[in-house]
Amino acid sequence: MAKSTSSTQKRRSGRRSPLASIALIVVGLLSTGGAYALFTTAATAETTVAHEQLTEEGSKLFAANCATCHGLDLAGTEAGPSLIGVGEASVEFQVATGRMPMAQSGPQAEEKPVQFTEEQIEALYTYVGAQAPGPGIPDEEYLAADGDAALGAELFRINCAMCHNVAGAGGALTEGKFAPSLTGVSAQHIYEAMVTGPQNMPVFNDENISPEDKANIITYLTYLDENPSPGGLSLGNLGPVSEGLFIWIFGLGAIVAITVWLTAKSN
Amino acid sequence: MTSTDTHAGTTTGATGNAAPSAVVPTRGARFTGAAANYIDERTSISGLVKEVGRKIFPDHWSFMLGEVALYSFVVILLSGTFLTFFFEASMVPVEYDGSYVPLKGIEMSAAMASSLDISFDIRGGLLMRQVHHWAALLFVASIGLHMLRVFFTGAYRKPREINWLIGFVLFILAMAEGFTGYSLPDDLLSGNGLRIIDGMVKGIPVAGTWVSYLLFGGEFPGTEIISRLYVLHILILPAILVAALGVHLLLLIINKHTQFAGPGKTNDNVVGAPIMPVFAAKAGGFFFIVFGVIVLIAATVTINPIWNYGPYDPSPVSAGTQPDWYIGFADGALRLVPPGLEFVIFGFTVSMNILIPLVGLGLFIAVVAFYPFIEAWMTGDKREHHIADRPRNAPTRTAIGAAGVTFYAVLWAAASSDLIATHFYVSIESVIHTLQALLFIAPVVAYQVTKRVCLALQKKDREIALHGFESGRIVRLPGGEYIEVHEQLDDYERWKLVSYNEYKPLMIRPDANGKISVLQRVRGGLSTWFFEDRISPVTSTDIERSHDSSH
Ligand code: HEC
Ligand code: HEC
Repeated sequence: MAKSTSSTQKRRSGRRSPLASIALIVVGLLSTGGAYALFTTAATAETTVAHEQLTEEGSKLFAANCATCHGLDLAGTEAGPSLIGVGEASVEFQVATGRMPMAQSGPQAEEKPVQFTEEQIEALYTYVGAQAPGPGIPDEEYLAADGDAALGAELFRINCAMCHNVAGAGGALTEGKFAPSLTGVSAQHIYEAMVTGPQNMPVFNDENISPEDKANIITYLTYLDENPSPGGLSLGNLGPVSEGLFIWIFGLGAIVAITVWLTAKSN
Repeated sequence: MTSTDTHAGTTTGATGNAAPSAVVPTRGARFTGAAANYIDERTSISGLVKEVGRKIFPDHWSFMLGEVALYSFVVILLSGTFLTFFFEASMVPVEYDGSYVPLKGIEMSAAMASSLDISFDIRGGLLMRQVHHWAALLFVASIGLHMLRVFFTGAYRKPREINWLIGFVLFILAMAEGFTGYSLPDDLLSGNGLRIIDGMVKGIPVAGTWVSYLLFGGEFPGTEIISRLYVLHILILPAILVAALGVHLLLLIINKHTQFAGPGKTNDNVVGAPIMPVFAAKAGGFFFIVFGVIVLIAATVTINPIWNYGPYDPSPVSAGTQPDWYIGFADGALRLVPPGLEFVIFGFTVSMNILIPLVGLGLFIAVVAFYPFIEAWMTGDKREHHIADRPRNAPTRTAIGAAGVTFYAVLWAAASSDLIATHFYVSIESVIHTLQALLFIAPVVAYQVTKRVCLALQKKDREIALHGFESGRIVRLPGGEYIEVHEQLDDYERWKLVSYNEYKPLMIRPDANGKISVLQRVRGGLSTWFFEDRISPVTSTDIERSHDSSH
């Protein structure tokens, strides 16, 4: 689990920050990796103690940051739904993508810069997960993106493309809600989104799409991320609209500029 | 290198370019001469070459838009021929086994598989596909802009009404070519498009279902449609298109070009470069420029990434599904119809949500097609026109054009309502409702604003023609009075400002029986509407008078 979160971290920050920050990431990886290594060795000795500590820390964090909306007993309030049984996966997804704690009420909780450290996030989800069972943090074997991309692509077209667009470019839903673009989303978050169904997204449980097939979908999305568009600039994968704008503005624009130049009086 | 060509037949200063030389011809020249003579004796082509070769092209940039369309069509033909060598127009299911990993082993039609092979496994194939598709988008776009030029300069007026109609047919054919071509790869996106067409056809009362079955050879999607579209796309439509294009160009030569007013440019001549040799050389160069721009775009920017879309399958539909831009207005019309308009009568559902856009767009298109005739009837103008109007000098027409463009633009925007919603963080409902309102309000506003702007510009022109323009130089007169010196235009500049015709509303007269029919009354009303607001052009007496009175 430790490894998976740190590799996640790497991919996400690689997307966000320019290449110059690679050095920083390496340092970060080494230190978090080292810390985790230490932590896990210690944990094997005193698992229950560590777990209790985490739960306790999580409970404090929750009371301070989340309880106003979700209630101290997790049962929910006017301002937020009940978190009983949402599972560790849901909390990890919501908090590690920056959606929670929710900032202002809008049509849908927006992604924001993440507000907690990895340990704090772990504490939070361990705490919520300890209150009632629910979907847990996904197994690493499904997150390696080494499945069947073709099968994943087909499943994606059938189950996800109507909201997220075939190329994962995102799309509009009703009342200002939208399905976000899936470029650069980490394997873990893709998996968690499927099992927890954040907000307007349906839940795809294991009967619906088996864990192996979820891995295939992740493989496909990773393929799209890692392979640049074969035809050149992708224009945001928005399809004919961006192509039409492009031909009018740049294609015809260039040609009209040339005709004006050609017919200009030479003086 | 300017030359003139006459409309009336009386030549005015045409420069001959056959200068007899006393020099002994070289071997090469003798050979060309003999070859030309050989061909001429057998085909009498010299008459044609003389006629065509002396055609004069005016030199305003907007007159080159039609050429852009022509050249992109040539590019389409060339790249399309390449594609036919490898494309397989069949819906036989095959298992894809090419190099694109995320589709390996997926079952798809042979059409889709061969399109993927063109994209990934045939050398230069992807470039050719992209050249073909980008050129098609440019083709329709340049036709559109060309039509706007012709419209706003009134170049469709007598004797060119027929050629407007033929040009319009070319535009429709270009869109049909585009749509059939877009459907050929049998990918998910175009399949969704075909499904919409199927739905629209089925929405036509009584005949719809039958027509749909006829078209698709059974229930949608069937196993026939791709090969049928292919025949349309590479045989029938191009054949009609080329024929219509031939007539279009022929009429262009017969009617000659319009031109903007200017010194020496009258209603009876055309001033510009003759087609041979200057224009032909320029045009040849320009062809390669257009070709170059298309290839540059095709080499750097993806178009229609069918590998992302995957093979067609009736169940999945992608978010953000749109047609190519030129079909967008129809898609937009469908998106803007409010829900719940369909009703059931005698057990048949009448799909008003489809019929309203069909009829509405049909009317819009018909008005575009027949506008020259409608305007001629309203204005009663039966004169020949060879001088292009400056748009401001025909305020009502320009305003009508602006309203039409706005109407089209709103429909067009509606086709991307979902992208507007996600990219500007607004809800899709508010986008749709705004566009619904704009569809009716915006054209009216555009009409009024354009008309006012045109009239204001005309007034300004009149001012300048009469009094010159403000030079910014302040002079103090001996009496202590300050005046700003107005600089007079030279005669060439003034000519451009004053030479346009003045129109007056039709006077409706009683017919032989002393009655005025309702139709005539309507016509009179329309004509008044068309011409009632106008600024008279400056006459020479006006100018003289103003020169006498001032400075
Ligand atoms: C401002 C109020 C607010 C705060 C603070 C807040 N949340 Fe939420 N949370 C919401 C709302 C509202 C939703 C429901 C979002 C939706 O479905 O549109 C939600 C949803 C969630 C969900 C998903 C529930 C599900 O059904 O899967 C989780 C998990 C969650 N919040 C965790 C947290 C955590 C952990 C914190 C503290 C770090 C937190 N929230 C802070 C308002 C809040
Ligand atoms: C009904 C529409 C719908 C469908 C179907 C759907 N999603 Fe979503 N998806 C959403 C919405 C809405 C969100 C945004 C939730 C949020 O912001 O909390 C979302 C969010 C996500 C995210 C998180 C993105 C991010 O930026 O953090 C992922 C990953 C995701 N979806 C993957 C999938 C996959 C994989 C499928 C198919 C198995 C799928 N979705 C099907 C609507 C949908």
